[in-house]
Amino acid sequence: MRYCAEITIQLKQGMLDPEGETIQRALTHLGYAVKSAHAAKRLLIELEADDTDDATGMVDEMCRKMLANPVIHNYSIVIR
Amino acid sequence: MKFAVIRFGGSNCDSDVHHVLNDLLGVSADLVWYKDSIEGYDGVVIPGGFSYGDYLRAGAIAARTPIMNSVKRLADNGKPVIGICNGFQILAEAGLLPGALRTNEYPKFCCKWVNLRVENTDTAFTSGFKEGEIVRMPVAHKEGNFFADDAALQDMNSRHQIVFRYVDPDGNTADYANPNGSVENIAGIVNGSGNVLGMMPHPERASESILGSDDGRRIFESMVEYAEQG
Repeated sequence: MRYCAEITIQLKQGMLDPEGETIQRALTHLGYAVKSAHAAKRLLIELEADDTDDATGMVDEMCRKMLANPVIHNYSIVIR
Repeated sequence: MKFAVIRFGGSNCDSDVHHVLNDLLGVSADLVWYKDSIEGYDGVVIPGGFSYGDYLRAGAIAARTPIMNSVKRLADNGKPVIGICNGFQILAEAGLLPGALRTNEYPKFCCKWVNLRVENTDTAFTSGFKEGEIVRMPVAHKEGNFFADDAALQDMNSRHQIVFRYVDPDGNTADYANPNGSVENIAGIVNGSGNVLGMMPHPERASESILGSDDGRRIFESMVEYAEQG
């Protein structure tokens, strides 16, 4: 089966996020009452897998091995 | 005595390091493409640059290339390995050094001279310095903001793995002297055995007095001396 994985990689909570902070400031300048903004990276990966669990397992391994840096990142995976 | 300067697509400080080792120190150093072998070399330099266009994260892709397995083996055998700037990012991403390099606190490319305090002279790269000595070298990076969690920092401090800190001209770890927001003003660290060094400042750009400082040269001289002792 072919699956599409949507991976979101984000700095851990409390980690300095200068890009997010800059975006928040700019939105405030535009007049929006924005409490916070966080930047994240989104990756879309197509892959062959036996089932959803198999696909999730593979993508989770990809995240641990390369796509995210466990020292500074959290990640989430949505499989479709 | 033979050193390898590893070239990835996007490395751009390779020739500078090659020049320092061959022309200033008079040792033999080769530029080695990442698909070639580093077997038989006595030490490795991973130079600065923008390997793989900094895609994904700075150093992330280069850290997963097969040559890094050879670098790990060489390091495990006690040979000196130094990663400068992008090379530091690669070593951290590859797990040869603890921590991670984040985007600078002020998220712009930062290119300036900095003062560094030498914290540990008992490494393969710092035997030519005095402990507490202040040296000058330039930084040039956007992702040099070193991070490690509290437990890792405590561990690194207790094992004297922090080798260089950003300081003011008087040697104080002031915030204004920290160019990128690194925790504890950390500019360079070693592994537990002291034979793998990662640092954001560029010693190869401070190896001749005509460039404004030759403090960096002593890092390469120390490395050669260490390698010669085998």
